[in-house]
Amino acid sequence: MSTHTHELIRLTAAEMAAKLCAGEITSVALTQAHLDRIAAVDGGERGINAFLHVATEEALRTAAEVDAIRAGGGAEAEALHPLAGVPIAVKDLIVTEGQPTTAGSKMLDGWMSPYDATVVTKLRAAKLPILGKTNLDEFAMGSSTEHSAYGETRNPWDVTRIPGGSGGGSAAAVAAFEAPLALGTDTGGSIRQPGAMTGTVGGKPTYGAVSRYGAIAMASSLDQIGPVARTTEDAALLHELIAGHDPKDSTSLTGEVPALAEIVRGADVAGLRVGVIKQLQGEGYQEGVLARFHEALDVLRAAGAEIVEVDCPSFDYALGAYYLIMPSEASSNLAKFDGVRYGTRVLPEDGALTIERVMGSTRAAGFGDEVKRRIILGTYALSAGYYDAYYGSAQKVRTLIQQDFDAAFEKADVLISPTSPTVAFPLGENDDDPLAMYLNDVATIPANLAGIPGLSVPGGLSEGLPVGIQFLAPIREDARVYRAGAALEKLLTKDAEPLWAQAPELAETSEAAAHPAGK
Amino acid sequence: MTDTLTDASPLSFEEALEKFDPVLGFEVHVELNTKTKMFSSAPNAFGDEPNTNVNEVCLGLPGTLPVVNGKAVEYAVKLGLALNCEIAEYCRFARKQYFYPDTPKNWQTSQYDEPIAFDGYLDIELDDGEIFRVEIERAHMEEDAGKLTHAGTSGRIQGADYSLVDYNRSGIPLVEIVTKPIVGAGARAPELARAYVSAVRDIVKGLDISDAKMERGNVRCDANVSMMPKGTTTFGTRSETKNVNSLRAVEHAVSFEMRRHAGVLAAGGTIVQETRHWQEGTRTTSSGRPKSDADDYRYFPEPDLVPIVTTAAWVEELRSQLPEPPADRKRRLLAAWGFSEQEFRDVVAAGLLDEIDETVAAGVSPSVARKWWMGEISRLANARDLEPAALGVEPATISALNALIEEGRINDKIARQVLEHVVAGEGTPEEIVTARGLEVVSDDSGALTAAVEKAMAENPDVVEKIAAGKLKAIGALIGPVMKETRGQADAGKVREIVLAKLGIEG
Repeated sequence: MSTHTHELIRLTAAEMAAKLCAGEITSVALTQAHLDRIAAVDGGERGINAFLHVATEEALRTAAEVDAIRAGGGAEAEALHPLAGVPIAVKDLIVTEGQPTTAGSKMLDGWMSPYDATVVTKLRAAKLPILGKTNLDEFAMGSSTEHSAYGETRNPWDVTRIPGGSGGGSAAAVAAFEAPLALGTDTGGSIRQPGAMTGTVGGKPTYGAVSRYGAIAMASSLDQIGPVARTTEDAALLHELIAGHDPKDSTSLTGEVPALAEIVRGADVAGLRVGVIKQLQGEGYQEGVLARFHEALDVLRAAGAEIVEVDCPSFDYALGAYYLIMPSEASSNLAKFDGVRYGTRVLPEDGALTIERVMGSTRAAGFGDEVKRRIILGTYALSAGYYDAYYGSAQKVRTLIQQDFDAAFEKADVLISPTSPTVAFPLGENDDDPLAMYLNDVATIPANLAGIPGLSVPGGLSEGLPVGIQFLAPIREDARVYRAGAALEKLLTKDAEPLWAQAPELAETSEAAAHPAGK
Repeated sequence: MTDTLTDASPLSFEEALEKFDPVLGFEVHVELNTKTKMFSSAPNAFGDEPNTNVNEVCLGLPGTLPVVNGKAVEYAVKLGLALNCEIAEYCRFARKQYFYPDTPKNWQTSQYDEPIAFDGYLDIELDDGEIFRVEIERAHMEEDAGKLTHAGTSGRIQGADYSLVDYNRSGIPLVEIVTKPIVGAGARAPELARAYVSAVRDIVKGLDISDAKMERGNVRCDANVSMMPKGTTTFGTRSETKNVNSLRAVEHAVSFEMRRHAGVLAAGGTIVQETRHWQEGTRTTSSGRPKSDADDYRYFPEPDLVPIVTTAAWVEELRSQLPEPPADRKRRLLAAWGFSEQEFRDVVAAGLLDEIDETVAAGVSPSVARKWWMGEISRLANARDLEPAALGVEPATISALNALIEEGRINDKIARQVLEHVVAGEGTPEEIVTARGLEVVSDDSGALTAAVEKAMAENPDVVEKIAAGKLKAIGALIGPVMKETRGQADAGKVREIVLAKLGIEG
């Protein structure tokens, strides 16, 4: 890999955008640098495996278009989006015309969407070269990206460890400099927890701030698309690009998209009331994680923030409520995958070819264990006679959690917690213990249940692995998490390199060997 | 069915009613005639190439989301108001979940415990004018399923060689109207069934919210029937005969199910709670699938849609737009037109109420309007296998034809020919009469007198009879005169000339 490439891919998206705008680099060179990086580190036995599909031609075509427009100058060049020409990766849960979308499942092996997700339409309109589709736990169900039908993604900080999940592919790609930006989806923490595990920034916007149209639904009332980046400024730029009302999504919010990048650039925490959630610390949290968390509090306090403690007693039931609501909605959303219209169809090995048996054998073969576990759980929870006790009660808990947040935001402008109770765990560690895996989302889930925005920013290292700090704010107050997150980022990098720049150099696993077939 | 008791022969209608009282219940599905579908922008149209009126949303492709069609909500509220229902201030959609290939998401987006309209009633006029009140439990919004065609001998999905799915219908907006149990109809239950469905059809047609063609499935009826022993009040087990798609079939299906239930119950058997299929050929029903009240559709509120909120002001605005209820309108027109009950019923049965009303509004007398629509226009339509209204005859055309007759410029027979030319697209009656020279032969040129003289000369025996005072015999001269004038003679004029020639006082 050339020095030039090495330097290019380590720029932030904002720096890349500035260099593109100034004509110092071309988008083709920038895009090619990332494609080269992907070729170098993503494949092979110990490769990152962040990408399920690499769209070399399409990305270079878009890049060349941007370069041509810029070279042409005039109004058209003026009108280019600030991020035009900066490449991006898209979580493979988000549909893309002309690139396969698998949702990490055998069920959609080879499926091509005939339409673009709204966020993808926005990326195309702004002319960001789409590098490809990133790996995830099947249908976004998991916290480790081990539940992908296409192999696990590895953490660039330690390739024997998980990158978090479900959006481990997007987070690892950004951490490994395979992409400066990526899109993720967050149903219970799938953007923020991988952000924490990989030392990157992950934002979950207010529910409805970004259109869900074209994100393959897991739990409709919890899912939200959001940005993955290395800095809060980059995340803010991407957030601004993808946010806004979409008439195709009835749950999408109307109203102005805040100028988040501007807020990031001027962020400080003087006078900001930062609420520490009593329930999201202590037992179950690793010592090293808590140490970084308390340092973060100290740094914020020193910078003028007022640290207060808030009590959210209903959070004790959040995980339970989440694991009823999420599988209930997922069991319904995944019913459409039956082999009748698209995707995989598996015929029964023997016996009659009735529609029920074809649907049954397709679903038996097409879904992985974690997906089946959640479909069964959700089907049970929605069954007549159990609905009130399970789904009904869980919805009541949800209301209580919203009330806890309402009360907390009376006392604090933003809330803070570790993003995850642990640092990245070794691959395979929680294979036989789904509950232990579920516990990893304990701090991120409440935000989804309440529909509020959250942002995870790097908070330092524990045992050589990244720790994430999460900020939460009231509905529609996404600007507050960016303000607090950016301020902490600034404070922690004042005298040190940013965390993402400290990641160990990756071995080139597959420069000679082309990507495996299908990539 | 191995239980012979469930296969006992149906009783006669009279025997059935001697022993049992029927309880009815109807679920009528109305397809709304919005431009687009319930939750997608794909067109709502009938009869197109399979799988052409579809997009990613109504195909339920991964990642898609529904958006409610506001017009469909408006139509549902109007229908609720016309059914004298309360309108919910707040209601939600729900997912009704079941795996079936005509439903692309494997759930139907419907409403469960929060229907948009509820607690209404409809006063149904029976054939003899008696009014029977049917209570409406609810009217809720939902989406239609696709259409399956099963290849193979069974005609059903079980045992089919293969099945084809057409998703053009998938997602078309429906309103399902559910009655409360209807008790006390007795022997008039089948008649009430027909009259109820007919009344619903008239209402949705009057509101212009549905094409209301039963033969196309725009209005579909599921008829629930149970029988309880006379003198008791506990409902029996019901059967649900699905998709009975003509008024006559509704009447026959209810009648047959009453007889079948009575036969089974009288033989000591039990009725299986199940769906039944209507067999038009034999006018019987056949067993469908077992259906219990415990069918578990795992309903839950549709999380991809926001609740529907109706304001009182909007509902009142829609109420003020409602047309005159069809039953009131019929009573008004019957009185205004002075038709006999039978004549009026025939007009209603022929579906020509609107046409005659419009023709009367164009200045034609009700009886003349009826004569044209029920007579010549229906005949021409029949010959072309069309509905009379589809023939393209405007009320103004009839008004013009009628004026030509009244002015004595054409006679009835010529008028019928002119109508045919109008239907053929040759122009207005006036233009056709002029272009084809069809005007009644006046006697300005003496042509009519000449024709009469010729006929009298050729029929001396007839002339003799007339001269002898048998004036009816003039009729025998009319034919030859008409032949001579190619039908364009005015019979009254011919008579005048003959009498004048013979010196008889008319």
